[in-house]
Amino acid sequence: MAAKTLYDKIWDAHIVRQNDDGVCTIYIDRHLVHEVTSPQAFEGLRLAGRKPWRAAANLATPDHNVPTTDRARGIADPISRLQVETLDNNCETFGITEFRMNDPRQGIVHVIGPEQGATLPGMTVVCGDSHTSTHGALGALAQGIGTSEVEHVLATQCLIQKKSKNMRVSVEGQLGAGVTAKDIVLAIIGEIGTAGGTGYAIEFAGSAIRALSVEGRMTVCNMAIEAGARCGLVGVDNKTIEYVKGRPFAPKGDLWDKAVAAWRDLHTDDGAAFDREVTLRAEDIKPQVTWGTSPEMVLPIDGRVPDPAREANAVKKEGMQRALEYMGLDAGTPMTDIAVDKVFIGSCTNSRIEDLRAAAAVAKGRKVAANVKLAMVVPGSGLVKQQAEREGLDKIFVEAGFEWRDPGCSMCLAMNADRLSPGERCASTSNRNFEGRQGHGGRTHLVSPAMAAAAAVCGHFVDVRKI
Amino acid sequence: MKPFKQVTGIVAPLDRANVDTDAIIPKQFLKSIKRSGFGPNLFDGWRYLDHGEPGMDNAKRPLNPDFVLNQPRYKGASVLLARENFGCGSSREHAPWALEDFGFRVIIAPSYADIFFNNCFKNGILPIVLAADKVDVLFKETLATPGYSLTVDLPAQTIRRPNGQEWAFEVESFRKYCLENGLDDIGLTLQHVDDIRRYEERRKNEAPWLF
Ligand code: SF4
Repeated sequence: MAAKTLYDKIWDAHIVRQNDDGVCTIYIDRHLVHEVTSPQAFEGLRLAGRKPWRAAANLATPDHNVPTTDRARGIADPISRLQVETLDNNCETFGITEFRMNDPRQGIVHVIGPEQGATLPGMTVVCGDSHTSTHGALGALAQGIGTSEVEHVLATQCLIQKKSKNMRVSVEGQLGAGVTAKDIVLAIIGEIGTAGGTGYAIEFAGSAIRALSVEGRMTVCNMAIEAGARCGLVGVDNKTIEYVKGRPFAPKGDLWDKAVAAWRDLHTDDGAAFDREVTLRAEDIKPQVTWGTSPEMVLPIDGRVPDPAREANAVKKEGMQRALEYMGLDAGTPMTDIAVDKVFIGSCTNSRIEDLRAAAAVAKGRKVAANVKLAMVVPGSGLVKQQAEREGLDKIFVEAGFEWRDPGCSMCLAMNADRLSPGERCASTSNRNFEGRQGHGGRTHLVSPAMAAAAAVCGHFVDVRKI
Repeated sequence: MKPFKQVTGIVAPLDRANVDTDAIIPKQFLKSIKRSGFGPNLFDGWRYLDHGEPGMDNAKRPLNPDFVLNQPRYKGASVLLARENFGCGSSREHAPWALEDFGFRVIIAPSYADIFFNNCFKNGILPIVLAADKVDVLFKETLATPGYSLTVDLPAQTIRRPNGQEWAFEVESFRKYCLENGLDDIGLTLQHVDDIRRYEERRKNEAPWLF
């Protein structure tokens, strides 16, 4: 048998039909649902008199619009409230399991999927959200889809798709102290660009990826979409299996043993061919900070804001100029001279327990700098929040002057009340630094949790290895 | 979905690379539970001088005179000319809904983000991939010629310029078929219910933990 990549294996196992032109109908094992991209899909289902094909394959939670304070009082914004209530009603009508806003299991959809064992190795996972790529860390084929496809999956449990090409990004060697999964993925995007993975499924491999925890791998896969790839994957190993074991939706007993036996094959075969290969050396990766309005506009912390005058490509140069203007930065400024107004630790990229531990380790015994107006920590789920409180992390944050919030997307995209004001600068552990992403006119710099906490206590970006 | 055969329309040039979905339709408008009415807020942050929120009367808001779509010569445009990696970012289908609601039926760019590209086809918009040098030519001609328009013929897979010259473009046959006929692909998939059931039966044996 020909050697296959991990992506090939999962893809092949899910083909329901294949047309002559290579377009396939592929079966979807798990569909995650949130309030923003689903109302129109449920409405479509209703209008056509259709029902979910397999209600049990769906799991829903509200995350984008939920407030992160004072939850018992409900959602103040009537439009947000309607969207969340619409999800509640749709799940009830169609018999879909939902963790509602005040359920302790509620959280960001990409945090709760793995946490619950609802996303498993070898599954095809979709969600009306581009960061579905996160779940690939478990050796799953996980992709973001639009609302039409949400409706399609609800109605048929299938997706119509052409296979992507295979790309492997290997990170070899050992990461330095203070350098994290977030820095790896930002460095990868800096290397291949935001369109570098377009049309590919990216498998992350190499000794540095193997050395990451499963949560760290989630951070890397989360941002595969920022590299242009619809999905990122990591092969299954003992860490993956240990991670999944005992989670509420994970198989038990006999089924568990069968599943594990099958999962052992979920890795790329020796000699399998990739259409593109990229290799980075872990030793070369320093803590990263973005300076512009695209995740590829990224630098090591000891860098300086780049000069558009030195860019030869006219379209790029123009983009750099626009970014500097929007970000209110001058070429040549050392990154460590840039002061921050707000700090956001959260999002599906970096809101799991290990992220909070890393941030707390930096915050411990320190105080948020006087020039920082708000530093907030938003756990990825109610269960992450509980775990952090058991470990006393909340106290460390609160003593240092951080706000300790309820779980949700929060200021990652500022659909709820948490947002930047025009001109405000934020050190953020999220995944997108687009114009206006965290609030109209807001300026986002993407960093790791440790780097965000370091910026909070110093009042400006700083190399976390030096404090 | 509207069937797509031939579209002739004014071209609006949006000369920026990496235009993301947050720029196409800012997130405050994603709170709507409908799929229509997003057109007035297309490119909201660039198009208006104030900050837009749902429920505002857009007709009363101050327009940014420098933004290309506000220039009278591009009024009624149905072809959007763009640069690399158009539509990157989120999977939100609100982006094509807003473009379609505004009146765009065709986008021409050297490259797109995958999910956005896919979402366009589901909403009656044809995203054409054209080589960067040809896109450059179109930018130059559009800027030089008020009222510049193109004719896009999906069945023939051609773009006709005002000088009569035609350029061919590629489109996947299944996507072309659905777009041309305005087909809802749920209906198409449900023609193969037996295949789905057979697959499920087989998988229940192979991988019972998935069910
Ligand atoms: S945390 Fe941010 S990126 Fe993740 S799902 Fe929520 S809004 Fe999207």
